[in-house]
Parts: sequence; C-alpha cells; structure tokens
Amino acid sequence: MSDASYYNPADLAKFGKISEWQPEMGRKFFDYYGEVFKEGALSEREKSLIALAVAHVVQCPYCIDAYTSDALQKGADEAQMMEAVHVGAAIKGGATLVHATMMMNKAKELSM
Amino acid sequence: MKSLHAQHHVLSDSAYQLTVLNPAEAAGAAFPSFASKLRETGLLPLRPTPLAVLQVNMGKMCNQVCKHCHVDAGPDRTEIMTRATMQECLDALAQTDIQVVDLTGGAPEMNPDFRWFVEQISAQGRQTIVRCNLTIIVANKKYHDLPQFFARHGVRVVSSLPHFAAARTDAQRGEGVFDRSMRALHMLNEVGYGIEGSGLNLDLVYNPSGAFLPGNQASLEREFKQRLGREHQVQFNNLLAITNLPVSRFLDYLLESNNYASYMDKLVQAYNPAAAENVMCRSTLSVGWDGQLYDCDFNQMLELLVAVPTSQHIRNFNQQALEARNIVVNQHCYGCTAGAGSSCGGATA
Repeated sequence: MSDASYYNPADLAKFGKISEWQPEMGRKFFDYYGEVFKEGALSEREKSLIALAVAHVVQCPYCIDAYTSDALQKGADEAQMMEAVHVGAAIKGGATLVHATMMMNKAKELSM
Repeated sequence: MKSLHAQHHVLSDSAYQLTVLNPAEAAGAAFPSFASKLRETGLLPLRPTPLAVLQVNMGKMCNQVCKHCHVDAGPDRTEIMTRATMQECLDALAQTDIQVVDLTGGAPEMNPDFRWFVEQISAQGRQTIVRCNLTIIVANKKYHDLPQFFARHGVRVVSSLPHFAAARTDAQRGEGVFDRSMRALHMLNEVGYGIEGSGLNLDLVYNPSGAFLPGNQASLEREFKQRLGREHQVQFNNLLAITNLPVSRFLDYLLESNNYASYMDKLVQAYNPAAAENVMCRSTLSVGWDGQLYDCDFNQMLELLVAVPTSQHIRNFNQQALEARNIVVNQHCYGCTAGAGSSCGGATA
C-alpha cells in the first residue's frame, strides 16, 4: 500500500479546474468569490483573517494553506493569526454549549 | 550569526548564486527568462530614463546580521568606501543635475567618513537619503546624536521595520531589534522626524519576514501607523513595501527552508508589466563601496557591472554613455516586477 494521502497540497493550485465539468456554475462561483474578497466595508486584511478562522472551523486544509499564506502576506503575525483561530474555536465551542439551554429546558420539562 | 562570507559559504560567491538562479536546461524546471518577459512587454533592451538618483553603497560593515540581507552585511565585513572614492563620487555628482544621493550599506553611519560625505553632499545643494537601520543610533554613545546630525542636513531617513510587533521583526533582524528600533524612533521623533509639518521625512520600509510577497502598501501603512502610534507613541511619514529578492542571505534562506521554487514561482506568476516599466534601475545608478558602477544594489551584490566598458568606475563617470546603456538583467529581477512592483521607494505600479 503506498503512503498516499487523500489530500495533496498540489491540488490547491487546481481549484479553478472544477469549472471544466460545469463552466457556467464555476464561473459564477469564482466571480462571486473574487467579489467577496475585494476591499469593501471590511478591508482585504480583515477578510483574510476571517477566512483563516472559518477555514479552521470547517477544517478545510486547502483553505488553511491558502489563507495562512494570504494572512502573512497581508502583514498579520503569529499572534494575530492564532487569535483569529481562537475566535473560530470560541464560536464553534459556544455554538455547542449554547444548545445546552435546550437540553436544560427539556430536562426540566421531564423531571420532577 | 556570521555573514555568508565569514562562513566561506558557497552562496557568498556571486558566480555560484547566478548558477542557482539560472540552472542548466537539463537540470529540470527552469523559470522563463526575465529577459523574455521584458521582450514580451516591449521593454527589451531595458533602457534608462534620465538619471535622477545616485545610490552609494558605503560598505558592507553593519552592526546587524539580518536574515534577508542581500548585501551579506555584518560586523565581520570590513569592506568600506574610502574618502578618496567618496571624493570621486562628489566630483561625478558635481557634473550632473542629480538632486538625490541615496546612502546605503551595511550601515552607512559606521563608515568613519560618513558625516563628512553628508556635509559635502549638502554643500553641493543635493538631498541626502540615509538608509538607517535604527539600532545603529542606540548601538554606541557616538551615534546617539545622529538624529540631530540628520536634521541639520535635512536628510531623508528611510528605516526598515518588518512589523509593528517584536516577533516578526526580531525573527528577521535579530533578537531585541524591535525594542531598540522603538528607542531609536523616539529619538528621531524628538527632533521632529516623522512629525507632520516638520519637513523632516522619516519613512519605514516593510520587507516580508519570510517567503511571501508584501501586501498592499497603503493598507500596511495604515496598520503600522495605527499600531505604532497607539502602542509605542511612534510616528512616521510613509511606509514603503519592498519585496525580498533571491540574492545572498535571502537566497540562502529560500534554499534552506525549501521555499526557493515556490517563491520564484510566485514572483514569476506575479510579473506586472506596469511595474517593469517603472523599475528603479531606469533612473538610479548604484555605486559600490569600491567605486564600481552597477544598475542597482542587487546587481552590485551579484557583481554584474554596468554594460558600459568605458564607464564602470565612478572616476570614469560618463552620464551620456550611462544614459544610453542597456540595463543588465537576470532572474532576480522578477522580485522588482512582481505584483505592485518594488524599488527602494516602495511599490512602483
């Protein structure tokens, strides 16, 4: 058995090729993506750090690779990048825990 | 950390560096030649515009040993420009209308004739830029009055600071450099440098602290101003974003960290014809510590002399011949034409 992995870093560079099998949808997606990341009400840099945090929450290795480079390039340092990931962790963890209010409601319904 | 030169490192040899940048065809994936990109852009041969800046490298002696240094400067380097060569520079300058003399190194201030040279340039009514590494100001008592000296001569101070915090700065420039840089910046602010309305210009240079391209210059400037102002009470005028070129110690870093191929690929992919049109070698002439002439400081470190056999030393300075020359290019030039472009004055496109 080879030591191949499901993930190959070289595949990140092939992202655009997904348009080959559905050109119109691909084009619409990439146009939208480009528009989302332009400087707007939020700066490119703020968006890069948000993307980095979300990449960790959804656990996409391609996004983590791309947005680590992007954030460094936009002038973020280790402390800022890790802080952004903690924001993601806090929301993911918080999202888990806040549902416990439902648990508590239900438990109270059923319990003496 | 020792310079590559002191380590007898193979990359301290400019000829070897050029073979790394220009691998033989058979050696595998070579990048398209920079000259061919210029040809596609209609810029080959690359010709000068009127000479506007004389950039003088005052020597390789420096009090720091920065990881990305293309000069391979450090305390163990002894090559410095002599007063006689400085006089030759002044004689050449007097024959021209060049308004700006840009002093670089190493640490130009460590050259014993540095102050004399600045005084002579002022006496000729020209503007001096000094590429000051900041820590030199606090390195020794004899340098503490550099801010006042600079102010007296209306010097434009340009200083490197790769980040608004210590981690990235010290990783590139050495332990403790960020804190010493803040002290030096306070001393410069105290005599008016970087303060709005003072007329004393203090610019900061952002060089990426790794194998990545610089981000948007204006956006970095905003961030640096906010953070340095709020956290360190430091002010400055403009931020210049400069790309690291694959020469000397930065080339060594790229090879050691296995980032060479992907970094070169980034530079090549980001080739910007508008940046190519405005490269600084078109309007700046570089003088080596020994008086030899080059198209830029990077060509100087690769020992690629200007392609004007009769005017390769400042004592034989011939403005007409130099303004008619073909600029010598090589694969490292992709650094100056990537993205928003790069020069000693920051982004160019």
